[in-house]
This record gives sequence, C-alpha cells and structure tokens, in this order.
Amino acid sequence: MPTFYSTEVTSRLMLGTAQYPSPTILADAFRRSGAGIATVSVRREAGGDQAGQDFWTLIRDLGVAVLPNTAGCYSVREAVTTAQMARELFDTNWIKLEVIGHADTLQPDPFGLVDAAAQLSDDGFEVFPYCTEDLVLCERLVEVGCKVLMPWGAPIGTGLGLNNIYGLRSLRAHFPDIPLVVDAGLGLPSHAAQAMELGYDAVLLNTAVAKAGDPAAMAQAFALAVEAGALAAQADAMDARDMAAPSTPVFGKAML
Amino acid sequence: MSDTYTIIGGGVCGLTMAAELSSRGAQVTVIDPMGAPGDHACSWWAGGMLAPDCEGVSAEPEIMRQGRKAAAWWESQGATVHHAGTMVVALGRDQSDLTTFARRAPNAQTLPKEQIAAFEPHLAERYSKALFLSDEGHLDPRATLTALHARLSQRGVRFDGDIAGQVIDCRGLAARDVLRDLRGVKGEMLVVRCPDVVLSRPVRLLHPRFPLYIVPRSDGVFMLGATQIEASERGRATLRSVMELMNAAYALHPAFGEAELLEIGVDARPAFPDNQPRIRRVGDVIYANGLFRHGFLLAPAVAQMTADLVLDGKIPEVWYEDHRER
Repeated sequence: MPTFYSTEVTSRLMLGTAQYPSPTILADAFRRSGAGIATVSVRREAGGDQAGQDFWTLIRDLGVAVLPNTAGCYSVREAVTTAQMARELFDTNWIKLEVIGHADTLQPDPFGLVDAAAQLSDDGFEVFPYCTEDLVLCERLVEVGCKVLMPWGAPIGTGLGLNNIYGLRSLRAHFPDIPLVVDAGLGLPSHAAQAMELGYDAVLLNTAVAKAGDPAAMAQAFALAVEAGALAAQADAMDARDMAAPSTPVFGKAML
Repeated sequence: MSDTYTIIGGGVCGLTMAAELSSRGAQVTVIDPMGAPGDHACSWWAGGMLAPDCEGVSAEPEIMRQGRKAAAWWESQGATVHHAGTMVVALGRDQSDLTTFARRAPNAQTLPKEQIAAFEPHLAERYSKALFLSDEGHLDPRATLTALHARLSQRGVRFDGDIAGQVIDCRGLAARDVLRDLRGVKGEMLVVRCPDVVLSRPVRLLHPRFPLYIVPRSDGVFMLGATQIEASERGRATLRSVMELMNAAYALHPAFGEAELLEIGVDARPAFPDNQPRIRRVGDVIYANGLFRHGFLLAPAVAQMTADLVLDGKIPEVWYEDHRER
C-alpha cells in the first residue's frame, strides 16, 4: 500500500465527501469501498463560527484518515488561510491543496499552486497538490517540498477518464519514487483500473460515486477496479502487438 | 389517550400538525415565542414546490411516496396549489445532466421545442429540449402559512397559553438540544421582481455546481433557490452563493439581469443523517423533525402519521422511532 508522508494508508482508493444524497449514503459508500482516506472541504462550510461542525463530526465518524482540502480557493492567500484553518479543525498536517485558476474548467492555477505549496511546506504542512500532468510543474512542486503528486485525469466532475495517457505515463516514469495519485475526472471504474495499470499509487474521486444512482454500489465497483488495476500493475502485462498470436500451438497442423 | 395537545414551534411542521390534530377534534395549543409565521421559521424561506418526482431523482423513494399526498392535503386546508407541473432544462453543455435526470425521473416527459413554446413561451427561444413533470405543483409558502395560521385561530386553535396534555415538539433545528443527530444544512435564496420574464410553473436549471430552481409568485415576483451547504448557521448569506444564484438565473434567461433584487434569504434546514424526517418519542415528548428541504412536501404526511399515532395509537409505518426508556 502507498505511503504518504511516512503514513502507510490502508487502501488505494480515496473518496471525496461532497454531493452525496445524504450523510447516511456517504457512510454506506465508504463502508462498501473500503476507502482509507476521506477528503473534505472546509472553505464554504466553515461559516461564521465553524458552522460545519456537525458534518465534520460525521466525517470523523467514518473512521478513516481525513484529508482536508482547499476546494473553492482561487488565490494563494485564500488557500493558505484555508489550510491553516483545516489544520486546526482536523488536527492534521495533511492538506490537499487546490488553487483553482479557472472558474469554468476548475483547472489548477499552476503558478499559484507552486507558491502556495512552498509556503505551506515551509510551515510544516504535508501537501497533496492537485495539479495537471505537466512534468515541469510537477518538478517544481517536488522542489518546493511536495512528496505526493496528484495530477488530474480530466477536469473535476467531467467523468471523462484519463485525458492524457502519455503525460500520465511519463510522469510515472519520471517520478518512480514519489507517490502519484490520479485526482479528478474519473467517471467509470475502468478509468480507475487504467490509472492503476499505469502504475499509479492511488486514485481520488468524488462525483462518479456521489452522483451515481446507487452511490454505495458504485463505490464498491471502484474499489474492485482499483484492486484489479493494482494487481495487474504488479503482474507484468503482455505488450500489445499487431499480429494475432494463437494461444494454442499451430505447429503440426495442416496449412491450407 | 389525551385529547389536549401542545405543539412547540409554529413553522410549517407545527402548523401542519395543529391543522391535522384540530381537524380531527383535538384541543390544540401552538406555542411559538415569535408569534405569527415569519422569517424566524426555516419554512418562510422555502420554495413551496410540491415536486415528488423531481426530488425523487436524488432523495429516498419513501420521500417521493409520502410527498404525493401533499398537494391534496394543502388544498383540504384551503391553500391554493398551482397544478402546473415542473419544467426542467439544462444549458447546452450540460445536456448529459438532462439525460441522467430523465432516466431517473420515470414520470418525466421530454418536450420538443414547439411544446416548450406552448408551456413557457419565454423559454422556447433559448431551449430546444426540456423535461416536464405534469403531476407536480407549487404553492406560495408565506401566503400559505399566514392563511393557515388565521384558519387555525378561527377553528379554535390557541396560540398562547401554558403547556398542557401531550407535547409535540416541532421546533426544527432548535430541537438539537435534545435530538443530537439533527444537523443544519444551510440554504440561501433570493426573491426578485422581473416583469420581463413570465413563467407559469417552477423551472429547474440543472447544473453540475450551481443547480437552480425558480418559482414564480404573483406580480412578476420570483423565488430563486437554493444553495445547500453542510453548515448549521442560520444567517450570513455569502457573496459567492448569491452570485452563483444570480449567475444561474441570468444563464436561465438573460432578462433576469434586469430583475429588481427584493430579498436575500438564508436559513438552515433541519436534517437527520439520512435526510429523512422522524417522528420520535423521547421521554414524554413526541418530536416531529428533520423535514430537510421537503417542508411543504412532507409536513402533511408527518402530521397525519403523528395524528394517527397519538389519536388512534397507530404506529407509523415509516420514520417512527421510540427512544423512551423501558
């Protein structure tokens, strides 16, 4: 199992906690997925006087590690402040860092992301940056102290799967020792399996489960796919070829 | 069984409870320190949609089942229910949300462009496809609560006095002092006046992040709702939420850009973890709570089940819990 900042996690599946029909269904989805990490947003829920406390208690009661995020932050300052608040609320140095650069596509602001990651790393945070699959950006993030990278598969909530297989594969090849997590854009369990087959350490998703007709069943489906993909990654898959290769010997048969 | 009841809380839950019990001959007192219906009640800010089919897309099936009784009940209490159905649309790039919605709302009928023009002429030029839920209705929450309050007074329900008989607690989120698993889900809404747009029924705009519904009131007034944030605070509408609601309305029809902003409303809906209501006995008190975003839709069913329980000893088939010490 992957180790994030010296903590070994119990599952390669990480789930977000937004948009479920109810907290009960959210809890069912976690139970059936076996997910080891729950991401939770604090920006909008904090309110005037930590008004989100009831919901956060429900999240803590899931009994999994909590990875607070800075979802909804569009500037470095906002993200850093939200991270500091999250550290107090959840008593953890972990922070999933989102600095959104575009309101429409919700794609990360790579420049602000590096800046915020540097500040937070210096301040003792263990940063999980939500980034693009850009190699140079990822190098910068590692330089400023990130020991996990979370490139997107596709824009948040699109369910398009892995948009740039080439880019994700070269990241894996370039960072053999850094835990890599595909974060965002997954729509189907097969997308998650594909990420694991590429040798990624984990996947993080939310909408694909929360917005399914039966979120708990879909959560389990993702868990099975992640397990299948991870197993395949260790099993040295065959290479694809153009010519048919019969699986039973043809030697000795009449050639007509 | 006692025939005297004291209901604590005069929002949609309490008044509905009072109406149901008093119409079956019980002596009812409603205690609400804030007096007549007003902005202290979460239901004051409601949309007033009686939309079991639309809600069934993401809510438990029981909510859809129980919600089907609502329109007839409100009419039996003299309320005006508009039986105009619901229209559901999505912007061009969100058409997949419309497909999903149609699949999950079995009663949804797909309207081609010509039929949209027949139902909502102002939307026809902007949308080539819409869904229509013909069995849904809507009412004006404030007019309905105010009228019900007056009707109950005439019927002999008392709105002052001491606690007597069986207590039924309908305080909504305030009952968290006893109902520890009750939480608030914050909602923000707007009321605008926009004579340039005419809609005859609630319209829902599907959007992955900013879903919106617009409910027409009278005189060119519309209610725009509503955010849904996991927070228990009952005030503090944020600029972002208001902006999102406005953006969505503007996207639905640009003429909303010239609407006059009449009100920014905010409150927190009382909800249990499964977002379904409960009729719960704790000690000697019966609590009816957790109507979440389904106040006008589910209050009648909850009141009827509670009345069956206290008047006839009939245990409700759903949503009932007995937490009394044995």
